[in-house]
Amino acid sequence: MVLGTYKQVVTARSTDKQIQKIAQDGGIASALLCFALDEKIIDGAVVAGPSEVMWKPEPTVALTSDEILAAAGTKYTFSPNVWMLKQAVRQYGLEKVGTVAIPCQTMGIRKMQSYPFGVRFLADKIALLVGIFCMENFPYESLRTFISEKAGVDFDLVEKMDIGKGKFWIHTQDQVLTIPLKETHGYEQNGCKVCLDYVSELSDIATGSVGSPDGWSSVFVRTDGGDTIFKQALEAGAIEAKAINEGKFGLEMLTKLSTQKKEKAMKVIDERKAMGLPVPFKASSEKEGDPLANV
Amino acid sequence: MLARIKEFLGMESKPKEVASEQEVEKVAEEKPKPRIGYIHLSGCTGDGMSLTENYDILAPLLTEMIDIVYGQTLVDLWEMPEMDIALVEGSVCLQDEHSMHELMEVREKAGLVVAFGSCAATGCFTRYSRGGQQAQPSHESFVPIADIVKVDLAIPGCPPSPEIIAKTVVAAINGDMDYLQPMMDLAGYTEACGCDLQYKVVNQALCIGCGTCAMACQTRALTMTNGRPELNSARCIKCGICYVQCPRSWWPADRINKDLGL
Repeated sequence: MVLGTYKQVVTARSTDKQIQKIAQDGGIASALLCFALDEKIIDGAVVAGPSEVMWKPEPTVALTSDEILAAAGTKYTFSPNVWMLKQAVRQYGLEKVGTVAIPCQTMGIRKMQSYPFGVRFLADKIALLVGIFCMENFPYESLRTFISEKAGVDFDLVEKMDIGKGKFWIHTQDQVLTIPLKETHGYEQNGCKVCLDYVSELSDIATGSVGSPDGWSSVFVRTDGGDTIFKQALEAGAIEAKAINEGKFGLEMLTKLSTQKKEKAMKVIDERKAMGLPVPFKASSEKEGDPLANV
Repeated sequence: MLARIKEFLGMESKPKEVASEQEVEKVAEEKPKPRIGYIHLSGCTGDGMSLTENYDILAPLLTEMIDIVYGQTLVDLWEMPEMDIALVEGSVCLQDEHSMHELMEVREKAGLVVAFGSCAATGCFTRYSRGGQQAQPSHESFVPIADIVKVDLAIPGCPPSPEIIAKTVVAAINGDMDYLQPMMDLAGYTEACGCDLQYKVVNQALCIGCGTCAMACQTRALTMTNGRPELNSARCIKCGICYVQCPRSWWPADRINKDLGL
């Protein structure tokens, strides 16, 4: 299953005009966390909030919808959200924590839940894990290279960044610049190269841009807990959903990109194993079932 | 190893979901009670305390599921009896004849020897011991118990969480070898340090900046700087938790899918 296990996949967006305006795509992560907060399903959320440095996110414990919305929009560099989960439970005293995580972060969280070696009374307090699709991530200095050097734009003028249609897009108030993705290769984080998860296979609900039209998101509902919350959000009208396009610009595209990411990573894993370098995942020759599984 | 656990516990392999009250009761009905001992070497009793923090299941655990047959803080008994599982807390002092003798005796009398907590598993902060203090200035060398005897399972943590202790005990009783496999593998991880993140993860091009290590660190010796762990080595107690919890050190995919119902 190249897209992981899921109960349903839809194209969806937030019905909130304010969220639509500031969100990267359909505003699903913001809408779900705000809804869960309003309904007391969570009492706070760890999000990639703003820091003093432009486009450098900082993991933040958000206790209000405004704080959640301040984190809307993709930042293409590290936000070690898992780090802040313990603070959310200990310092903020949260009992039900929501969080947003890219695939590798969901892996850290889920491993901690199954094997909570030194992590006392934290595993059962993760109430909602919204996963984000992720092809790769970049160190902050890589991002600066794209913006300042390659595109020649002042960081402070950038309003939105986006990766799609083979390009890295930089939006300012009065212009849109692009860098071919070919030129961004070599700047990505090395650890991403062995990653076998594109669509946050271990999240409660996974969301991302690919497979849906502009302003909408593709959403995989995965766990029982995620299913309950997503249905409630739909019924309450916080989110609207329609059938996902099964064809070339929908599920097919998602399947294609996920397969590409996994095949590329599998190749790197096999090469590393052949060199005797450590990798926590199985080589393709060691896999009994699905050759592209996140194992 | 599997045969050994089964032999001592007289059980068949059976998967197990999570440690819950119902499961404890079910196990109690079906299984003979394993004899568990708690051995206190150079530790602080924090690991034993953590065991007792399984409030919801502690009473049935102690009364119906297992027999605690030995343990200086728990049982009034001087002679060490035969045990199925021995939870050994603390590292061992090479200059303390009595401790060394006790550890050897545990190995003889216990089916499974468990390095219980980071002091027993990795040495933890007793790695910094160097003698020269009253009333035993010569007591300077403390090592993880696996340096002296064969260890079957390690449960690192300073202390290990109440949940992992419950999960391990229940898995051992159920003969759930899949769940215990990482603990068996960790029995060989005795030279732990926060710098393992640098050597074994960052240097190996595996770090993805998720922050799990910094979250797991029990002394806040780790922070994240530019998406990479930054170690304050003066705060590191060498418990090994950061590397153990890192999703890029080992990856229990099947167990996670099972736990999530995926």
